[in-house]
Amino acid sequence: MNALARHRALSRIWSSEPGWRGVISTVNHSDIGRMFLLVATLFFLIGGVLAMLIRTQLATPHSAFVAPAIYDQIFTMHGTVMMFLFAIPLFEGAAVYLLPKLLGTRDLAYPRLSAYGFWCYVFGGLMLVFAMLAGLAPDSGWFMYPPLSSSAHSPGVNADFWLIGVTFVEVSAIAAAVEICVSILKFRAPGMSLDLMPIFAWYALVTALMILMGFPPLILGSILLELERAFGFPFFESALGGSPLLWQHLFWLFGHPEVYIIFLPAAGVISTVLPVMARTRLLGYRWIVAAAVALAFLSFGLWVHHMFATGIPHMGLAFFSAASTLVAVPTGIQIFAWLGTLWKGQPRLTLPMLYIIGFFFTFVIGGLTGVMVAIVPFDWQAHDTAFVTAHLHYVLFGGFVFPMLAGLYYWLPQFTGRKRFFRIGEMAFWLIFLGFNGAFLAMHWVGLLGQRRRIAWYPEDAGWTEINLMSSISAFIMAIGVAMVVFDIALHALLAIRGSRNPWGAGTLEWAMPTPPAAYNFASIPIVGDREPLAKDPALANKIARGEYFLGAPRGDLRETLTVDAASGRPEALVIFPGNSTLPIALAAATGAAFLGALIRVYWVIPLALLFVVGLSLRWGWSQRQATHSGLQNVGRATLLPQAIETDRSPGWWGSVFLLGADTVLYGSLFFGYAFLWTVGPNWPPPQWLSLSILELALGLIGAAAAAVGLQAAARAVSRGSPPSLGVLLALTGVAITIAALAMTLTRAGQLTDYAYGATIFVMIAYALIHAAIAAIMTSSLAYRTWRGGAARPRTSNVNIVRLWTDYAAFVAATSLIATQFSSYLT
Amino acid sequence: MLAGSAAIFALVMLLLLIAYRRTPASHQSERRQERFWLYGLGLAFPLVTLAALLIYGLVLGETLLPKASENVVTVRAEARQWSWSFGYADAAGRRTQGVLHIPAGRPVDVEITSLDVVHSFWAPRLAGKLDAIPGQVNVLRIEAAAPGEYHGVDAEFSGPGYSGDAFTVIAHDPAGWGAFLGRSKE
Repeated sequence: MNALARHRALSRIWSSEPGWRGVISTVNHSDIGRMFLLVATLFFLIGGVLAMLIRTQLATPHSAFVAPAIYDQIFTMHGTVMMFLFAIPLFEGAAVYLLPKLLGTRDLAYPRLSAYGFWCYVFGGLMLVFAMLAGLAPDSGWFMYPPLSSSAHSPGVNADFWLIGVTFVEVSAIAAAVEICVSILKFRAPGMSLDLMPIFAWYALVTALMILMGFPPLILGSILLELERAFGFPFFESALGGSPLLWQHLFWLFGHPEVYIIFLPAAGVISTVLPVMARTRLLGYRWIVAAAVALAFLSFGLWVHHMFATGIPHMGLAFFSAASTLVAVPTGIQIFAWLGTLWKGQPRLTLPMLYIIGFFFTFVIGGLTGVMVAIVPFDWQAHDTAFVTAHLHYVLFGGFVFPMLAGLYYWLPQFTGRKRFFRIGEMAFWLIFLGFNGAFLAMHWVGLLGQRRRIAWYPEDAGWTEINLMSSISAFIMAIGVAMVVFDIALHALLAIRGSRNPWGAGTLEWAMPTPPAAYNFASIPIVGDREPLAKDPALANKIARGEYFLGAPRGDLRETLTVDAASGRPEALVIFPGNSTLPIALAAATGAAFLGALIRVYWVIPLALLFVVGLSLRWGWSQRQATHSGLQNVGRATLLPQAIETDRSPGWWGSVFLLGADTVLYGSLFFGYAFLWTVGPNWPPPQWLSLSILELALGLIGAAAAAVGLQAAARAVSRGSPPSLGVLLALTGVAITIAALAMTLTRAGQLTDYAYGATIFVMIAYALIHAAIAAIMTSSLAYRTWRGGAARPRTSNVNIVRLWTDYAAFVAATSLIATQFSSYLT
Repeated sequence: MLAGSAAIFALVMLLLLIAYRRTPASHQSERRQERFWLYGLGLAFPLVTLAALLIYGLVLGETLLPKASENVVTVRAEARQWSWSFGYADAAGRRTQGVLHIPAGRPVDVEITSLDVVHSFWAPRLAGKLDAIPGQVNVLRIEAAAPGEYHGVDAEFSGPGYSGDAFTVIAHDPAGWGAFLGRSKE
């Protein structure tokens, strides 16, 4: 088979459907990545228009442009759109598009999950856009502090749009994060050990892990606040045993890591682009990896620095102030590693490099003002003024938008296969750079003069008029620059001429393919022995196209790739991906219907929608593609590998591990909330405790143990080759008993609206109940497969996945029962 | 702090500029470069600078803490949407709306709380800000050096009336303070 025939065969296997059907049924990572990037850019423009409205309002004193009620919606939505609908999805889009190409594989671990995540994002985003157009947008500020966001002070549906829309979008972020983790660890070119991974993959891995750790606290907070708003569970009401500070803790437990979740991918882009522009290799690869990991850890230790003015004890302040300044160290390491790389090589002044220089200028200022606000006495003055707004824009615009623009222009030839023709990008850079600094330097200044953030008007005699006007004019100059970038890209996509394949002389694998890339990425999966394989072997692209490496011979209509051992990169198994499918968009619509039911408070919709979710999920799980014969498969180069689903730990098992990791963080946050109200909340203890029921406790523990033991026996039976009937039956019985015990406890939680204690107990037990139900559904599916027998007979990989989920459900049932049943003895 | 920050910023910009102006020394070993850029500038430099800054901040913060003192005056500030109401420990039952009276030259503890949503008490020339949180009382130590009027605002977004939510602090000389307290006894 020659290269052209191979290209045609692979294109037929991998291509999405033509026309609009292709949009809704594609599961290909290049398509999904492009769609993510496009929609995220649209939201960036929406957020930008909102920013211009804010600057119009503040350009003059006593502005009559919009009334405060509308202005509050505008600035709340500006923050919300930029954080949740632009920055995170843009990272996801870039990662979804680039990672398989950088890692030398053909798609991400779960193609349908990428599509599902994308549609969740679109539907959640549409909810918020609708709210904005209808004038019902959230208006309590993007961090939604109760009691301002509680039903007493925000009676409309505005806050519900935020809580439900943002949570829906976060489902998509969690899905993408699981996908990214497993793809990076398992789906790489053979030979690419962790140490040889492109640096962007390291950053993406750390970022995805941070999303799994950082988002669950906010998801929990949103659920609790929505429960308070909809049903009056008083989690945040101090008079009834709740605490408004609980929200602030949960929010900033998410909110501070969020800043680094946004910065790290951008740093990954810089670490990739900058060495190429300096015609050298990155200085201190391992240092940079260590710095990224250190940033991730530290960022979870300093959420309280957003709460310096809430009356936290001084010792606590000292700890968090120290952690906040310490975070500058790994940031400094990266900055100086990049400068050292420039010194090491021969830097060119290309357009991507221009944006990186813009990054250096802006981000260093943002970092230094960040150190200032980490110093407590300074923060007591600067907190909640325009100084802080300016600081965070220097960090986020400087640390994210500039590097992403550098990345855009760097990878543009890879996206389109074209060469830039018009020189609009350079002019746009200067407008953006000068406009940005003019707008936000002025805001530092006016903030130090005492202008608070989020004000809708200020008096003439404040002396802020000229500074604000200057800031507004600069902001509009910046907006013109952004519009020019959009125009430039549109011209590029429509008019520019074809370019060469690797215009920058880069060394990573995404340039070892024809551009624009084919749906299958690599005609054969290369063997990697260097961090920059293309630099080491310039003929690599041709060898790949000639099918000299793995999986160079297409079989039938199977979408094939390889998984590797996570650490060493030794090839491990053959993966057969699912084909195009409308299942993801259908599942996203069903999920959306459940969220919509909660939003419009038509609650019977929710169980109906969840029924669809369960049905579609089961179909999803059952419709796995596999090879025509079982046993070892020929993957080329005289190598035989098993199919991934016939190994003990299939990709589904790995995904479950990461998803359960995020789930554990959510559960841990719930425990944190319980302990927080107990120890710090005003008006504790509650008037009445949950009394101990030995019956419920014993049933719950016995049931949980039976479920775990039953599945252990089932796994042993399957690995021996015999049907796991007995073990599965025991597990089913165990899960049923657990559900009964939890349901009994749930009914005794008391009057849920009277006191935060009862409401908290209710949520903990309900959480355990939901997980027991998931375990029940999965175990039932296992039972059905066992009963059907033959080809449906469960494999070890199936049992292992169900085991993970059931063990977790058992753990949750046991711990939640113990924590609640004994509460009256803990005082 | 500003001068130090400016110096660090200038250093980074200078290193960036020089990278474009110099011919690279290709004979330098990777290890030597790592030692200079990463151990030196990346690790040691920020650690030393930040440690110094942190200690300075903590010591300064300590001096701003309320300390037990003989002549401390205690007042109470209650925030609501969108007004401030003040009470006085030395004059039970006396309440003022929108104006806080304090003696000049004496430490004053303001007990801050809220009746509805989260607000923040901020009189920029007297002290930093401290949040007014429902169900919780935070104590802020302020002191006015000289008699006069000081401006104060709500500094945590609290809804549509937030922009205009302000109050005034009037610091009295001893005679004026006595007169203020005396008036309340009548």
